[in-house]
Amino acid sequence: MIEVVGVSKRFGDTQVLTDINAVFQRGKVNQIIGKSGSGKSVLAKCIVGLHRPEEGRVLYEGRSFHEMSDDEKRSVRQEIGMLFQGAALFDSLTVLENVMFPLRMFASMSKSEMEDRAHVCLKRVNIVDKDRLFPAELSGGMQKRVGIARAIAMNPKYLFCDEPNSGLDPQTSIVIDDLIKEITEEFGTTTIVITHDMNSVMETGENILFIHKGRKWWQGGREDLLTSDNKELNEFIFASSLMRQVKKALGH
Amino acid sequence: MKVLFHIGRYLLLLRDTFSRPEKLKLYWKRTVEEMDLLGVQSLGIVSLLSVFMGAVITIQTKTNIDSPLIQAWVVGFATRQSTILEFSPTIISLILAGKVGSNIAAEIGSMRVKEQIDALDIMGVNSAGYLILPKILGSMLFNPFLVMISMFLSIFGGYAAGVGTGIVQSADYLQGIQMGFNSYHVTYALIKTVVFAFIIATVSAYQGYYTVGGTREVGISSTRAVVYSNVVILIVNYALTQLLLI
Repeated sequence: MIEVVGVSKRFGDTQVLTDINAVFQRGKVNQIIGKSGSGKSVLAKCIVGLHRPEEGRVLYEGRSFHEMSDDEKRSVRQEIGMLFQGAALFDSLTVLENVMFPLRMFASMSKSEMEDRAHVCLKRVNIVDKDRLFPAELSGGMQKRVGIARAIAMNPKYLFCDEPNSGLDPQTSIVIDDLIKEITEEFGTTTIVITHDMNSVMETGENILFIHKGRKWWQGGREDLLTSDNKELNEFIFASSLMRQVKKALGH
Repeated sequence: MKVLFHIGRYLLLLRDTFSRPEKLKLYWKRTVEEMDLLGVQSLGIVSLLSVFMGAVITIQTKTNIDSPLIQAWVVGFATRQSTILEFSPTIISLILAGKVGSNIAAEIGSMRVKEQIDALDIMGVNSAGYLILPKILGSMLFNPFLVMISMFLSIFGGYAAGVGTGIVQSADYLQGIQMGFNSYHVTYALIKTVVFAFIIATVSAYQGYYTVGGTREVGISSTRAVVYSNVVILIVNYALTQLLLI
């Protein structure tokens, strides 16, 4: 479980996050949603330790991340898997080497054991016979799947996904959403997905945090989303005519 | 104030770069790869430049000191001294700052804007150490070899141009390059080379590591890497010459 307690962050004179409090539960797909520029990516970067908040704490199983020693932080980070918006695969490494990378850095395994583990992860995300290809030779959807394979290589306790559907067609988006959901259940990870894709929210969101103007505006389950009377949340969710039709069809 | 900010951040980056590596074996493997990428792949341009620079030094020396009062071996002597003291360690380092420095800044800058450095940090990898340390070690270990090869080729280029065009006799040139040889000058040149290699790798890596933005900013970082490396090399060259030769 990850808790965010009173987190505030500013860059220069710009206040980006103000007093965010949230709990992200284990074994569930937690989602942070909000408009572009609302501060959701900054919040995610504060949680994973890439930004240090001016105020507040981020607790991993009750332990404050920013107050840990460097060695403790490193060991927590080894329990984090992250899928980046652009997959962030290493260009100079092959698919197999990318997935093996965290194992080579931290695991005490022989080369063949690492290869076996990497193959298991690649098979899990339905990537086969692509071992020797470089990231530039893969489609966007495949890169994301290799990114997921790399993220799960070390059996993470925490899985972060930054805009996993961006730049993908609807069918591939569903494949990625399903994978994230399945892996969360299978590995029992505390999964946090940053997204503004409403299809993804309705498909996989179990605990949803809505950020607006750097503040926590709403939190709840996906079944509560359509019935909420929060004005800003409604403006965000029902911005598309498709979602307005869904609401109408459901009689809300 | 901005200069102080950059110096402070540069020193903090160096501290992270030299902190404990996760796996020594992996770092050594990367160091060997960097020696190939930054060093071996620079052999062509270094060789070409050295041969022609040596040839030009010889021809210019001969045309400028063409007097019956000056002995014929002076051309070889001047070529050797120019090459060992300044041309090979400094000019070749300035050229490498252009080739290698821009390569380092572009590579690390691209990794920054494509979130690959964030990926390393989140995995718990010391990104500065993993990316920069092998480049520093690779450059510092291999550049002295490049410079020694450059010294040899430059003196050879001078010989080929001088003797080939008939402006210098072979025996005179060979006598000149052996005349009053002081091995300390080679040591001085190699010390300079190692220091310059450190400057090229760290200044360029600093520019790449703190790139903010997109591909345009990667280009800007690359240009800055070359310009700042050159400026720092020239200042340090003066300081080292003062310290080591006087």
